[in-house]
Amino acid sequence: MKDFQLGEFEEIVILTVGILNQSAYSVGIKDEIELRLSRTVSMGALHTALNRLEEKGYLKSHSGESTEERAGRPRRYFEITALGKKAMQHAKDTRDELWSAIPKTLWQANLAGI
Amino acid sequence: MKKEAASPPGVFLLFFRWYCHPRMRDYIEGDLMEVYDRRVKESGKRKADWKFILDVLLLFRPGIIRPRRPYQDLNTYGMYKSYFKIGWRNLLRDKGFSLINVGGLAMGMAVAMLIGLWIWDEVSFDSYFEDHDRLAKVMLNQTDQTETSTDGTIATPLEDALRTLYPDDFERLSLISWNSDRVVIFEDKKLSAQGRWVQRDFPEMFTLTMLSGSRQALKDPSSVFISASVAKAIFGEADPINQAIRIDNELDMTVAGVFEDFPKNTTFYSTNLLLPWDNQANRNNRQTSWSNHSCELFVLLSEKAGDVTALSEKVKNVPTPHITKIKEEILLHPLDKLHLYDEFENGKAAGGRIEFIWLFGTIGAFVLLLACINFMNLSTARSEKRAKEVGIRKAIGSIRQQLITQFLCESMVVALLAFVLSLCVTRLALPFFNAMAEKQMQIPWNSPEFWGMLLGFVLITGIVSGSYPAFYLSAFKPISVLKGTFRVGRFAQLPRNVLVVIQFTVSITLIIAAIIVFRQIEHAKSRVSGYSREGLVTVNINTPDLDRHYEVVKDELLRAGVVAHMSKSSYSPAHFSSNNGLEWPGKDPELSVNFRNVNVTPEFGQTLGWEIVDGRDFLADSHADSAAVIFNETAIKIMGLQNPLGEPITFGGKQYTIVGITEDMVTQSPYAPIEPTMFFTDGWKGVILMRLNAEASTSESLAKMDAIFTKYNPNAPFQYNFVDDVYARKYATEESIGTLAAFFAVLAIFISCLGLFGLASFVAEQRTKELGIRKVLGASILNLWGMLSREFVLLVVISCSISIPIAFWFMDNWLLQFEYKTTMSWQIFAAVIFGAVVITLLTVSFQTVKAALSNPVRSLKSE
Repeated sequence: MKDFQLGEFEEIVILTVGILNQSAYSVGIKDEIELRLSRTVSMGALHTALNRLEEKGYLKSHSGESTEERAGRPRRYFEITALGKKAMQHAKDTRDELWSAIPKTLWQANLAGI
Repeated sequence: MKKEAASPPGVFLLFFRWYCHPRMRDYIEGDLMEVYDRRVKESGKRKADWKFILDVLLLFRPGIIRPRRPYQDLNTYGMYKSYFKIGWRNLLRDKGFSLINVGGLAMGMAVAMLIGLWIWDEVSFDSYFEDHDRLAKVMLNQTDQTETSTDGTIATPLEDALRTLYPDDFERLSLISWNSDRVVIFEDKKLSAQGRWVQRDFPEMFTLTMLSGSRQALKDPSSVFISASVAKAIFGEADPINQAIRIDNELDMTVAGVFEDFPKNTTFYSTNLLLPWDNQANRNNRQTSWSNHSCELFVLLSEKAGDVTALSEKVKNVPTPHITKIKEEILLHPLDKLHLYDEFENGKAAGGRIEFIWLFGTIGAFVLLLACINFMNLSTARSEKRAKEVGIRKAIGSIRQQLITQFLCESMVVALLAFVLSLCVTRLALPFFNAMAEKQMQIPWNSPEFWGMLLGFVLITGIVSGSYPAFYLSAFKPISVLKGTFRVGRFAQLPRNVLVVIQFTVSITLIIAAIIVFRQIEHAKSRVSGYSREGLVTVNINTPDLDRHYEVVKDELLRAGVVAHMSKSSYSPAHFSSNNGLEWPGKDPELSVNFRNVNVTPEFGQTLGWEIVDGRDFLADSHADSAAVIFNETAIKIMGLQNPLGEPITFGGKQYTIVGITEDMVTQSPYAPIEPTMFFTDGWKGVILMRLNAEASTSESLAKMDAIFTKYNPNAPFQYNFVDDVYARKYATEESIGTLAAFFAVLAIFISCLGLFGLASFVAEQRTKELGIRKVLGASILNLWGMLSREFVLLVVISCSISIPIAFWFMDNWLLQFEYKTTMSWQIFAAVIFGAVVITLLTVSFQTVKAALSNPVRSLKSE
């Protein structure tokens, strides 16, 4: 319950869904990630991640319009659920917390090292 | 449009469609197409194709592949778990019923297991020998006029004839003498052991397991093989090889090999010495006559010899030309059949021990069936208790198949429990069973086949005992059951009653059979034998010393008052040998009758205590009577002589005069008619026969005898046999059948009564209210008891009336094999009916009386 499980790739995917807001569908998400993070995303990995997120209840999906370029197949649009938002917030909070716990001297030491 | 021309590789698209989860298929395919379309525009079809293929392959991963079936993986494992749990809880809820069920079934299974072990032991007889499937014993068929008799004793020249005439068919042959008692002497140790003369092929033929020495060493005529047990008894831990031992105090031999003792389920069990055939002391090796049948012959068929029946047909005429009087043929009897098919008819193997295998196999199956019937009866009897459960299960969607599975699972739980229990019972009962069946069986804990068979056995038992309740219970109609209008009809009891009748029919038949077997044995034992076997002792003349000192020993024994009479004869009165070479005046030349011929000293008659009915006994001076013969009454009847005294007869080429006639005496089979017997005073005598002094105590007499015999026969241990003991062994087969039948009968009736007990308690419980009302209205306890018990007694009486004709028919057939047999009187059957009814009443009464005594207030107050 309290335990929001979110893998690294899953986190990227759910964040991208958030960015695309309302118009997030698989190819769009893939393009967005590839554009922003300049890494290639395989269709398999993306679909698996989307399925997992939906299973966990962080995303919900609905069928969209079918277009000619998709050979008549519908798009599947994703949006973040309330639980998903909590999970994102939780992930961010825990990271922030960890970040803030790192002593400042670490960075200074690094600078000194240079 | 241009775009339409570009389509991704069809194979991979199909592959994708095949593996993809249908829920996602459309979306992902859309994605693939969209991306492909874009790529074609950007970088051309070839590249787009490759990337498409890569995408399809990368999509082939767990989250996306569809499950093997279109629906979620729904195995029924959970249901099975629930079935077993419910089954277990039902067992615990009714501990009494469960105990009867499991206990009865365990008993039945234990019996089936014991019988299975017994059958396995019998069927695997002689499989100890590696080449058992190619080994055969040569049997002799002698046909005189109409009848063919088959015997295992052949004439020695046969071996050489077979060896030289059919070298391609027989790989090895070995003549074997009959087992005989030998005295083995090494330094100051003396030991009696059974030995056989065997030819040099024997060790290889029967693949002896040599503990030391080689199988070839028996070629030397002065070498001997001893069994491990003899080696241990004589030499202890020392190496026996090349040690000189003396046999029967006349034969010096060298130990050339030690073989592992033959196991109990082999033909050669108890043969502990193997002596080389070619030794001078073996009288048979110089025997060249075709008519002197004196030993056994075993052959090992060569690989290419093929079918033993065909070969038997091919070689059967070998001895025929050498025998004039009767037609003699040989028969190759496979070793694998030797033990189980030991009876012959018209020169062919016709049953024998195999019948017992069938008999006991059937009995085992029946006893197990009885136990299964208990389970069926109790389950269906309690069906009303579970009717609601069935109704609810059906109402919430169980199909009939699932309910059947459920009830089968429950019976499987019972069968498994019973199985574990029965393994323990079998383990504990095996020593007793071994003693009873004269076997050395063990439970093969380590054999996977054994466990596989047991598993199948449990499954079958579970299914057999569970099938009827499963089909019966699962057929309930949920509406009537849940409305409460459901009543088990009058006819619901019918199958249950039929099953009870089957149980008791089987049990009662077994009991009658056991009683008749014992009656037959008793009948034969009480047969008037014509002489007393009590205190009659035989000692084999096993060394030349004893033969030489016979007169001295006799004097000393008589003087010491140990024996009343003492004589010598050729055989023990428990079994005489026979011969058919007798001629008398007026004999039909076609007639061929075997006469028992016995050589005796003149004191034999007194020792045995025979009655001379006509003429006189032998004169004390045996030389004067060397040409005299005494016949028994049966012999005279067969010979048809009017005035037998003084008539001359010819036997073995010598003339004798009949001087006396004795009363008939039973010496051979206790079941056979009296056989014609003749007594001579000349010829070989190998047995000392003594009548113990009736006034002296037997143990003291035996001690004194031991001292005297050892004094004059120092090189052999003193060994004696009581004639009545030896004679009693003739009842062994019938006694073991009787004991086993009685054992199974008791078990069968016990299991049946367990079931009846369960049924009675169920009926009493079901009718509590009725009994309460009846009591309130004034029924007496006796009334109630009678009312409840009547039904069961009726069933048992029906069983009796079915089983009596069956038992009568079977036992009548069984008795046919005996000439001297008991009659099946009506008293036996009456006693059995009476016993069965009494046992039934006792079983049922515990429950019915309890029910009749219970306070009606208690059963009626709650509604």
